[in-house]
Amino acid sequence: MSRHDITLRINGRRCSASVEARTTLIDFLRDGLDLTGSHVGCEQGVCGACSVLLDGEPVRSCLMFAVQADGRGVVTVEGLGDGGGLSVLQDAFWETHGLQCGYCTPGMLIAAEALLRGNPNPDDDDIREAIAGNICRCTGYGQIIDAVRLAAARLNQRAGT
Amino acid sequence: MKPAPFDYVRAESVPEAVGLLRANDACLIAGGQTLTPMLAMRLLRPELLIDIAAIPELHGIRSGDGWIEIGAATRQRTVERSPEIAAAAPLLAAAMPWVGHIQTRNRGTVGGSLALGDPAAEIPLVAVTLGARISWSGEGGCAADRFFEGPMMTVLPEQACLTAMRLPVWEGRVGAAFEEVSARRGDFAHAAAAAQLQVAPDGTCTRIALGLGGVHPTPLALPGIGDRLVGGPLDEQTVRLACADAGDLIEPEDDLHVDAGWRRKVAPGLLARAVMGAGADL
Repeated sequence: MSRHDITLRINGRRCSASVEARTTLIDFLRDGLDLTGSHVGCEQGVCGACSVLLDGEPVRSCLMFAVQADGRGVVTVEGLGDGGGLSVLQDAFWETHGLQCGYCTPGMLIAAEALLRGNPNPDDDDIREAIAGNICRCTGYGQIIDAVRLAAARLNQRAGT
Repeated sequence: MKPAPFDYVRAESVPEAVGLLRANDACLIAGGQTLTPMLAMRLLRPELLIDIAAIPELHGIRSGDGWIEIGAATRQRTVERSPEIAAAAPLLAAAMPWVGHIQTRNRGTVGGSLALGDPAAEIPLVAVTLGARISWSGEGGCAADRFFEGPMMTVLPEQACLTAMRLPVWEGRVGAAFEEVSARRGDFAHAAAAAQLQVAPDGTCTRIALGLGGVHPTPLALPGIGDRLVGGPLDEQTVRLACADAGDLIEPEDDLHVDAGWRRKVAPGLLARAVMGAGADL
């Protein structure tokens, strides 16, 4: 019914659009902006595949409406890349086989990114807690934990040199 | 796009939100972590969604003489990270990491969890255990143990807006612990136990608040078990003995994951573990 003009900052870029009130943030990102990196899994807040950063904090973009994000900053998996290449974290997922089918990966990357921004030295329990809201049916999670641990070590190494 | 169409408005004050709620076929939304799936499944089809998340008076943590109060629209993650809550309401701080997942705590609110009244939810359990007061618009309010009537049922009037939860602040040496069994970290509790206690310098328990969640139609405080522990030491044998009949005080139900018998069996041990954890948290 009602349409709303919203303005957000998405992956660093200002973006204005008119959305129906019932449009979820994930549908707006994928269908409205063609940012199809974030995945639609359960659409009821269980799987975590649609996770994005909202003002730097991880949230489920299926559990909020685009109109609620008016005026906020959103980072999707497309915003993690390192100038066209993979970020250290993404590269670590690739190296440790932290993905197979890849469906959960954008959400896992967002969850891990949020963790590493706030905690550069996470232990395995911290990593498990950070990805506890994200379901993966391929890896058994072990390699994802390896990936985040490896990324943390490399980011620290880079920061130290 | 799965929800049925609705209009959306951001309210700027509680009176405005309540006025809109009275005049329309409407729902309040703050965090929306339960409401959004219910809209997606079309279990609810309101004509209007009233966003109360930006109302300043519903936000923040305030304290006064012997109490600490949390505005209803305060995000769960804010409470989890608050040093004031950790100091003044250690049981709530201990429970917060168990509430959903980080992603849902970043959006979900304290008031939303209370208003939903899920018998397995952590914040309602803490509210009942510590004897919180829950307030709503129009000067309404009551003690938490009278607020929850049954599964997903509360005394909150339909056209009211929950505004705050006020918890008593305990003085002295206070410890707290929260224990939970669920299928996956962050999932709904099959059973949960909460304990906050205060001890004298000699280690004697001087005050205790206990509660169980997920095992009864409402979150349940257990003052009778607490009374047995006040005035005595908190060694494991004493604690286990005091908690032994917790299974007889609850009315659990079967669900897809576990049956009522399991809940009765697990309740005493889980409660004892929470008490021992609180004793170790001093």
